[in-house]
Order: sequence, then structure tokens, then C-alpha cells
Amino acid sequence: MSECSERTIGHSSERSERIIGHGPPPLLLRGVRPYGEGDPIDLMLRDGVIAEAGPGLDATGAEVRDCGGLVALPGFVDLHTHLREPGREDAETIATGSAAAALGGYTAVFAMANTEPVADTAMAVEHVWRRGQQIGLVDVAPVGAVTVGLGGEQLAELGAMAGSAAGVRVFSDDGVCVHDPLLMRRALEYSTSLGAVIAQHAQEPRLTVGAQAHEGEIAARLGLAGWPATAEESIVARDCMLAAAAGARLHVCHVSSAGTVDVLRWARGRTTAEVTPHHLLLSDERLAGYDPVNKVNPPLRTRDDSAALRAALAEGVIDCVATDHAPHAPQDKDCEWEAASPGMLGLQTALSVVVETMVRPGLLDWRGVARVMSERPAAVGGIATQGRPLATGEPATLVLVDPDATWTVRGAQLASLASNTPFEGMTLPARVVTTLLRGRVTADDGKVRR
Amino acid sequence: MRHLLSAADLDAATATSLLDTADRLKEALLGREVRKLPTLRGRTVVTLFYESSTRTRASFEIAGKQMSADVVNVSAGSSSVSKGESLRDTALTLSAMGADCVILRHPSAGAAHRMSEWTPAHVINAGDGMHEHPTQALLDAATLREHLGTLDGRRITIVGDVLHSRVARSNVALLSMLGAQLHLVAPPTLLPAGVSGWPVTTGHDLDAALPQSDAVMMLRVQAERMHGGFFPSAREYATWYGLSEARAARLPQHAVVLHPGPMLRGMEISAAVADSPRAVITGQVSNGVHIRMAVLYHLLASQEAGT
Repeated sequence: MSECSERTIGHSSERSERIIGHGPPPLLLRGVRPYGEGDPIDLMLRDGVIAEAGPGLDATGAEVRDCGGLVALPGFVDLHTHLREPGREDAETIATGSAAAALGGYTAVFAMANTEPVADTAMAVEHVWRRGQQIGLVDVAPVGAVTVGLGGEQLAELGAMAGSAAGVRVFSDDGVCVHDPLLMRRALEYSTSLGAVIAQHAQEPRLTVGAQAHEGEIAARLGLAGWPATAEESIVARDCMLAAAAGARLHVCHVSSAGTVDVLRWARGRTTAEVTPHHLLLSDERLAGYDPVNKVNPPLRTRDDSAALRAALAEGVIDCVATDHAPHAPQDKDCEWEAASPGMLGLQTALSVVVETMVRPGLLDWRGVARVMSERPAAVGGIATQGRPLATGEPATLVLVDPDATWTVRGAQLASLASNTPFEGMTLPARVVTTLLRGRVTADDGKVRR
Repeated sequence: MRHLLSAADLDAATATSLLDTADRLKEALLGREVRKLPTLRGRTVVTLFYESSTRTRASFEIAGKQMSADVVNVSAGSSSVSKGESLRDTALTLSAMGADCVILRHPSAGAAHRMSEWTPAHVINAGDGMHEHPTQALLDAATLREHLGTLDGRRITIVGDVLHSRVARSNVALLSMLGAQLHLVAPPTLLPAGVSGWPVTTGHDLDAALPQSDAVMMLRVQAERMHGGFFPSAREYATWYGLSEARAARLPQHAVVLHPGPMLRGMEISAAVADSPRAVITGQVSNGVHIRMAVLYHLLASQEAGT
């Protein structure tokens, strides 16, 4: 909106900057604990930035909000979201997905390219980006496809997407792997001229024909075709080598196995990587009843894998948490296991799962949460205005968290159109109270503010 | 017992009770001119098969009819399933028509579990993908008990494509629960990655295993596996894992040979062995009818008796 007014008024850049900042009235957050550290302080949010920070700030002219010691963190950034629009608006739209994101504490999401049609052209990514802006609850950064139609055969016009209004800096064929080594090499090489990163869905297709579940004891007993961890690990190892040779930036999507953690440790500095909340918390033991709500790709693996992923996230071998939020319409889950679509909701449960798996056991403090849910993903995705420090002069893009609250997950009550959460009925710690995007409240006490 | 979804769900007492009921039904029908019991009169049993089958379907149908149930056969190819109806909608449709029991065969593992959540009818799993085929394991247990007296402590060798076999999974669960010692012999490519968690020993040497076996169960090698790169050739498979006449001679005198059928003679079992006195394959088939009668009885009739 502010950009529009800038253009219509057409004044000097100094004046435009002031108008860009012309947003909601000043807001004084009384008594928050940035990064959960130290005594509560006040934050004065004015013109979309943190204007002042410190104890006992003067509230004159500002709306005052008593925060009672809530933890303040930079707004979360999700590198891996499926918003389903265009094509599957019966499962999720950019509007409902943005609402789920805001309620989950997110201020930016990267919308994956596997829509219908695929986001493989400048026009397609601009459409998603514009819709995100119109809705205005989170910054929606479209991910561009690496190959035309996710077909794995011909590079999509990466340059056109990078140069579009959407300014795409993350490319991925997520859902399928760019498995042809020559094509992957070319994509990595080409991306270096765009300052972009290639986010790989690491899955060797020949090793996973018909795969349904983590290859191991549970799948053997349940008679589900195995998805061996080596199918992920071998691609990650290959891609780390290709990326290093090309001097390119590789990002590994949804790391799921302990073996991949070993590869990442070996390749440290040559790639970045993400882990999903569900791989941190859940294991393949949940498959026993064949409920496809537990079907996801890559699959839930063993408790040992989860433990290795948690340790890797704490250590920084895995950079960040990304939800792989994947809404599915009821008919795509109310069926037999093999017919079901893989994927799980994640945006509104991510923080609580991270607190459950990482903060409670002492693997991460709140500064660590800010690192893995905001700072690192913003850096990987190349959004300069997100994942910033909570300090004077920085964007007022932040989330207030009640660390002591608990809540029980109910899929039907989530903002997504779909309700396929694997955490149904679980009581989880920590709750997002308020989300602010450039000084404007986008979600507050469980309600979206449009 | 509300459904029979997997052999792993059974406890030893229930399994033994099913075997005993089958024995009693067998005796009750033996030598009768009219082989029909009134037990399930007025009950509707639907067989819903999404895969082709001769013996299992016929066996269930005969079992139901010998107990006077109304048996309706639905095939995926000739029903609204071929028009794209979901399994859930098919379940709801059959329930609405008043089916008391649905016997389901489906290519997807867990299909019977899912079906049991969608319908108030009793569900019997007649084979779900690579998962289980519990009535096959029960009829195998009945056959083994008949010939070996008991399963407790008996050494049973299962040979062949364990990875893709629902028969193997059900038998491992049931026979081990009934006290048998199980040994699996297969090429490494046809043993599941997670087999180490099973209550079995495994190996690749059939010749060494046979003298130690009270029974050997040959698994079917499905045609589609032969070209899947799991082993180099049918000839090599037959050489290493086929039950030839010479190899069968290594079995102890009392040992029996089972095969769930359909057999590929010359591949997993030689014709001479299949037709030899120690092969109890046709006995398996007739026990199959009695076991399925017992299962239908336990699900549909004994419920009224309050169990």
C-alpha cells in the first residue's frame, strides 16, 4: 500500500521514505523480553521500525500494550511452504495460508513452486507475489521451479524469475528431486549469476520407486514399500560436491535421516539445510494404524533419526527449521495409505514443536529459536528485511510468544482450509500471542488482523 | 474379536480357539450329504476384491454358503470402483445396504484397517498389499498342527520372496506366537530391510536348513518380481532356492511341504515334490474353507452368544 502512495504522489525520495513509513499509530509494547533474556523492557514501534528500546519508555501518543514479560523474537521465516494457489484452492489459498502463517508467528513464507500451473515463469511467480502483497499478512516470497513444469529435463527461465517483480532468489523443484546430475550441475552453475540458491528435494528416484514409508522395521512389518535413507543421503552427498565445484549455493530441503546429518557435517560450509518440525518430533512408529495423516515425503523415520536431527539443529549443522506446510483436501487423506497424498500442516504448530523438541530439553535457548526460525532462513532465502535483530532502527517485524502457555492442537480450528495436522490432540508448549509485520499487528491472540 | 485385520492382532488363545473351531466344523461336515449348517442364516457377507483371486475368494464364498450366509461377490473391475469411487465411499455404500461382513482384498497395505474405520460391518482382511493375509496363516497353522501334532517347538522354514509376501508376514506373526521356531531362507534382495526385528532367524542356504526342518513353506515368486532385478534369472533362483526332488530328500522323514499357491512348478517347487506325499498343498486348500468358516462364525455368530 505504501509503495502505491509513493508512486501516485511521486515526490522526492526523502518524502517517499516518510510516506512509506506512514503506517499504523505508534505502538508501545510494555514489558517484553527480547530473546527471553534479562528483565522486561519496552519497545516503541513507530513508522514500521523499532524506534526505541529500553525500560520505562514514555508512552505519550502511542497505543500501549501490556505484554507481561512475553518473549519477543524476530518474525519467523519459513523457507518451505505449500500455499497450493493456483490450482488447489480447495486445500489452501494464499489468503488462508498467509493467515495460518501469521497465527504461527511467521512474517515471511517461501511459497513452493509445485502449484498448478507450476511456478516456472516470471508471470507465475509475480502472480503469487502480488497476491501475497494484496493479502498483506506475511511477505510471500515465491520459489521458482528449477526445471520447466518440474519435469527435470529443461531449465526453467531462472533469470526471468529472478529479474521479475517477485525477485526470486530461491529455486526448487520440491516435491520431486532434480535427479539428473548434469541438469543439477547446470542449475547450480547458472544460479551463481543470479545470487540465488538451489533448494533440493533430495530423493534418488530409482531407489524410491513406489516408496511409502521409511525403510526399516516398521515398514517391513506393515508391508509398506521402503523409502531408504540412502536415497536422500546419496543425493545430498552428490549435490554438496557439485555445489562446491560450481561455487554455487545449495540448500537441502527437509533433512530426514541421521546419515544425511553425517554428510552435512562433512560438507559443512558447502551447503545449508533445513529440518521440519514433524521430523524433529515424530517417528515411523505412528504408522501402525495406517492413518495417512502420518504420510509425508520424506517419510517419518526412526527415533534415532529424530534425535540426530535435533542435535544437528542445536549444533548448527542444520541451519534452520522449515515447515514443509502441505495442506491436503480431505479426500486426499481419507483413503488407503498408498492412494493418499503425502504432506502435513505445519505453520501454526511449528513454534510449539520446536519448543517441545529443542527448548524444553535444553538444546536451544530463545536466541537459538530466533536463529533457526528467523535469522538463518532469512539469510538463506535472501530477504534482507527479515530475521533482523530486535534493536533500535530495525524493522518492527517480530513475534511475541508466551513461553509458559500450553495448548491442544485441533486441526479443524487451524486457519488452513485443510486440517491434516499430525499433531491432532497433542498438548504442546508455548503459544504465539502477537505477530507484527513492519509495525502492524497481523495476528493477535489467535485472531488474524487484516 | 470384531475384525480380522492381521494375524499380529490375534493372541494365542484366540488363534487356538479359531483352529479348534475349524477342526470341529470339519468334523461336523465330514461325510455329510448336505454340507450346510444354518449358523449364518440371514447374514450378508460381501467379498470385495480389488485383485484377482481364485482360491481365496472361492474359499470364502464356499465357507459363507456352507454356513447359510448370503454371499455377495463384488469385483473392482465390474463395479463403480472402476468408475473411480473411493474405497471409503464403497465402504459406506456396502454398509448402507446392510452388509454384516466385508471380506476385502486390496493391493494397498492397510486397506482393511482403513475399511474397519469406515464401516460398522465386520471386516476380514483377505490380503492387503504386502502386509498380511491372516486367514492364509490360520489355514497353514491348521495344516501344520494336523500333520505335526503341535506348533510348539516345531521348526518351520519359509523360503522365497519374503519381502513382498503377505503370506510370510502373517505366518511369521501367527506361527511364532503359537511357539514355532521360524527360519527364513531367501536371497538378500528378497528379505525386508527391517527383518532383524522379526522373531525369526534368516539365512541364504536352503540345503543347510532343510535337515533341521519339520516343515518347509515355499512362497510364490510373483512374475513381476522376476524382472525387477531382485535376482539374476529364474534359472538361478530355481537352482538356489527352488525345492527340487533331490533337495527335498534332505528333509526329515516326517517333514511336510506347504505352498500357498498358485504354484510355479519348476520354479519354486518341482512338479515331483508338489505331487509327492509329503506335499500337503491340497490339504491347505480344504483347511482353508474350514478356517474361513471358523472366522465367520467367531465374527458373526458367537457375538450373539455374548463373546
